[in-house]
Amino acid sequence: MKFFAPFKLAGRALRRNKMRSLLTMLGVIIGVGSVIASVSITTGATKQVEDKVASLGQNVVTVFSGNFSSGGMRGGWGSAPTLTVEDSRAIKNEVANVVAVSPEVRDRAQILANGLNWNTQVIGESPDYPQIRDWDIASGGMFTEGDVRGLGKVAVIGKTVVDQLFINDDPIGQTLIVRNIPFKVVGVLESKGFNLFGQDQDDVVIIPYTSHMRRLSKRTFVNSIMVQAASKETINQVQADINTLLLDRHKSAEPDFTVRSQLELMQMATSTSRIMSILLGAIASVSLIVGGIGIMNIMLVSVTERTREIGIRMAVGARGRDILIQFLIEAVTLSAIGGILGIALGVGAAKITSHFTGWPTLTPYAWIGIACVSSAAIGIVSGFYPAWKASRLDPIEALRYE
Amino acid sequence: MNAVIKLADIHKIYHTGEVDVHAVRGVSLDIEPGEFVAIMGSSGSGKSTLMNMNGCLDRPTRGSYFLDGLDVSTLDRDDRAKIRNDKIGFVFQGFNLLSRTSALENVEMPMLYNNQRISSAEQKERAGKSLELVGLADRADHKPNQLSGGQQQRVAIARALVNRPSLLLADEPTGNLDSQTSIEIMGVFQKLNDAGITIIMVTHELDIARYTKRTVILRDGKILTDERVAERLNAEAELQKLRAAQAAVKLA
Repeated sequence: MKFFAPFKLAGRALRRNKMRSLLTMLGVIIGVGSVIASVSITTGATKQVEDKVASLGQNVVTVFSGNFSSGGMRGGWGSAPTLTVEDSRAIKNEVANVVAVSPEVRDRAQILANGLNWNTQVIGESPDYPQIRDWDIASGGMFTEGDVRGLGKVAVIGKTVVDQLFINDDPIGQTLIVRNIPFKVVGVLESKGFNLFGQDQDDVVIIPYTSHMRRLSKRTFVNSIMVQAASKETINQVQADINTLLLDRHKSAEPDFTVRSQLELMQMATSTSRIMSILLGAIASVSLIVGGIGIMNIMLVSVTERTREIGIRMAVGARGRDILIQFLIEAVTLSAIGGILGIALGVGAAKITSHFTGWPTLTPYAWIGIACVSSAAIGIVSGFYPAWKASRLDPIEALRYE
Repeated sequence: MNAVIKLADIHKIYHTGEVDVHAVRGVSLDIEPGEFVAIMGSSGSGKSTLMNMNGCLDRPTRGSYFLDGLDVSTLDRDDRAKIRNDKIGFVFQGFNLLSRTSALENVEMPMLYNNQRISSAEQKERAGKSLELVGLADRADHKPNQLSGGQQQRVAIARALVNRPSLLLADEPTGNLDSQTSIEIMGVFQKLNDAGITIIMVTHELDIARYTKRTVILRDGKILTDERVAERLNAEAELQKLRAAQAAVKLA
């Protein structure tokens, strides 16, 4: 038999019973549609969380000072004075695969500029900070190592601060007063939006950590240390090495600090949405199986109904194989068309959901492929038994069938 | 001349339940090219079973069957399907056309299963020629439900001829038709036979058998008589007589 002939036959047979074909397909359409829709919604949610975690920076390991359970009293992260600038220097010098380190000192302060004032987060960092956070400078530049050494009165500010204090003019070169100390604005950061916890990351003033510690907060300890590992693969090793190094340096039995990697944070943050996607996927797959059973059922009916046709075809020379292929392709055509319509339905449903709820949705191309393959597979699996049954018919019996 | 069909002591036994049914009990028959044979017999005489074996739809339990010099009594399912496709054309009592499928597509159908690949254009052309041969070229686009019984049977004959078989098997081809249409169909068969096609036809109508060249009568699975048709009828002439008679009573 010619290669295209069975497809032509299948198309003709399916067109002969349009309503029935459509209803049979509906099972697969709804099955594939619900799989695609649920995958799109959960992938969108996961992607959003991942983006937030990624906004933390690239391959970041963060060391927080403070012990979670010291003598029954539990302070928040960064509350206990245990990390020092020397610790950060040691990390940079002694831990392998560390590319950048920034000791971090945080404080809230009222800042003044242009006759306006604004309460914001003032943080002390090293010049490596934008690199660690993967945060570009929109205009101007980052302060330098020289500024750190010289306790420079320079600041790099976030987009929100610009919007609040420098409404109409260029902030570069302007003066910002923090606790009666004037800082010169040398750079403006790109907007980064909200972080995982809903905080506005652009509402920030960054100054050299030395200036912060000596001039502003008068502290000798840092709140945390941000470290950038060389690559995704080395991040776990870097985390472990920092832990060992700091335990050794602090000479304490219990760690008085916490080391968190971005990888861990990513896993924690996405675990909920992963469970959701598995659950939704499982429910959707059940409807896909039901769709397959629908196809098998209709194909069985069709084989019985067309017994005579099978007999005629066999009488004029169709082999069992030809009949098998004919019915199999009919089943696969049903499920494949159903699958394609289902993908369209699923993507459409995801878009509509996204439109009305504001949830971000994302349809991974891999899943479109999976849906195509699995709907074709459903056609083969559910069509095989009816097709095999048809191919085993005896032509004499089949011709006599009323 | 080589016989188209050479049956030697053919037996067919059906094992149904406890009783074995001995449907054909030793039939030997030679059919030469260009013959037009009617096989007759009452129901249960084994004529359908014999036809099924002739048509390679079934295999004899015992005995040998040479079709065109080839022993087909031992072939398996797939090989018999190939033989049916290549060498045999079937015409059935109930026409057995595919419903909701045009006459042309019905005629094209056997070519789908042909071993050589036939291009769609050639399929169309051959099917068209086949329809022309039975006088239905102008009805190619009609579906079976738009055709009369006689026309449907002609489509079935066109389908049987499309793969250029050496043998045409007809199982009660006029069983569902009125007498005038029956004669018309016999006319088609006679024309085909004159063109050299070997035809075997099962019928229980004596007057229909008179259009053939040879009549084989079966009883209880054996050949009872096998003789030439003495006063062979010519379908063309009979039709003219019939029309004249109808005109006389102002029927037509």
